[in-house]
Amino acid sequence: MDIQKSAIAGTLESSDAQVIVEPSDHGMELSIESSVMNRYGRQIKAVVLETLDRLQVKNGKVAVVDKGALDCTLMARIECAVFRSCGLSQKNIPWGGAVK
Amino acid sequence: MIPRPKPKKNRLRRTMMFMNAQKPGLIKDAYIYGADSIILDLEDAVAENQKDAARFSLYHALKSIDYGDTEVIVRMNGLDTPHWQEDIRCIVAGGADGIRIAKCESAQDVKTVEEHVLAAEKEFGIEEGRTLLMAALESPKGVMNAYEIVTASPRMFGCAISGGDFRKSMHVQIQEGGIEMMTARSMMLLAARAAGVQCFDTMWPNIDDKEGFEAEVVQNRKMGFDGKSIVNPRQIRFVHETFAPTPKEIVYAEKLVRSFNEQANAGVGVYTVDGKMVDIPFFEDARRVIALAKACGVYHGDL
Repeated sequence: MDIQKSAIAGTLESSDAQVIVEPSDHGMELSIESSVMNRYGRQIKAVVLETLDRLQVKNGKVAVVDKGALDCTLMARIECAVFRSCGLSQKNIPWGGAVK
Repeated sequence: MIPRPKPKKNRLRRTMMFMNAQKPGLIKDAYIYGADSIILDLEDAVAENQKDAARFSLYHALKSIDYGDTEVIVRMNGLDTPHWQEDIRCIVAGGADGIRIAKCESAQDVKTVEEHVLAAEKEFGIEEGRTLLMAALESPKGVMNAYEIVTASPRMFGCAISGGDFRKSMHVQIQEGGIEMMTARSMMLLAARAAGVQCFDTMWPNIDDKEGFEAEVVQNRKMGFDGKSIVNPRQIRFVHETFAPTPKEIVYAEKLVRSFNEQANAGVGVYTVDGKMVDIPFFEDARRVIALAKACGVYHGDL
């Protein structure tokens, strides 16, 4: 998927993560902030990259502010932000396909 | 993915606890409190502009969190909204045990949902017929049509009244003693029992009014409800205790079951136990009490 406009998903509440995506032509620019960066930084980055890879996002700025989200929450927020950026978040989501 | 056992139409559902599907902090550990069922909510708890986000969150929670023995029901948005079709795809794909149909008013509503559930089961390779349904009756029309609603599909395991919306449509407020909903509750119970499905009361919204809550739960039990919607884990224990058979009821039921076996062998139909006339329907009810006591974990006898 191509990030077409900036979009946001998630909150800054505990156990949640906020994800902001913006269009870009120069590959992936990833920034991650987390309240548990020391302990889980690598794991968070891996989940973010895997999720973006599954959605076939090749270009874009992705900023994640993590507040101790579980992997499943992180994936949900990234997917929602990307689908929102394409105007495709409301219906016909590929559950079990690109979203899994 | 966490494989979930096939949902059972008939099971213990004393408490059905509502959780906002959009709040990760709530849904990640919803099962630890010991409610019989949880209801992950896509409807009223979720703001209109977060319906999409709630679905992504719900899907991954269903796929990755082990809810154990807790039943996982999802409340979908009403058929009068633009959200319900995608709700059903998401709920079924995620493998939830059942769907609570919000604002259900007719057998046709149930059939419409059922059609889309079946289509989603086919689309996502889920066993056909797996996803159960229950109806939330929230309007006078829904209550009037309770029987046709609960008999509209073999997937239906029960119905619940939704007090907030119902009271508004009747122009009434919560009253001590519950007179404002007495007729509706009774009609719904009759319909559910006639159809052989379960029946659940509405949630008690005033979390700090413990006395009001407890009085309502006791009345629910006396009226014959199977369980109650709840909104706070603090409410679980009292409901579970109140809906479990009392030691006195258990002793009496045991006595009935044992004496029935003896009398039947001796060729007697109607007889007396503790000075009260009893016959076959008493025996059936006694067996139900023992089964419920077992399910509630309060039976220690050997029947």
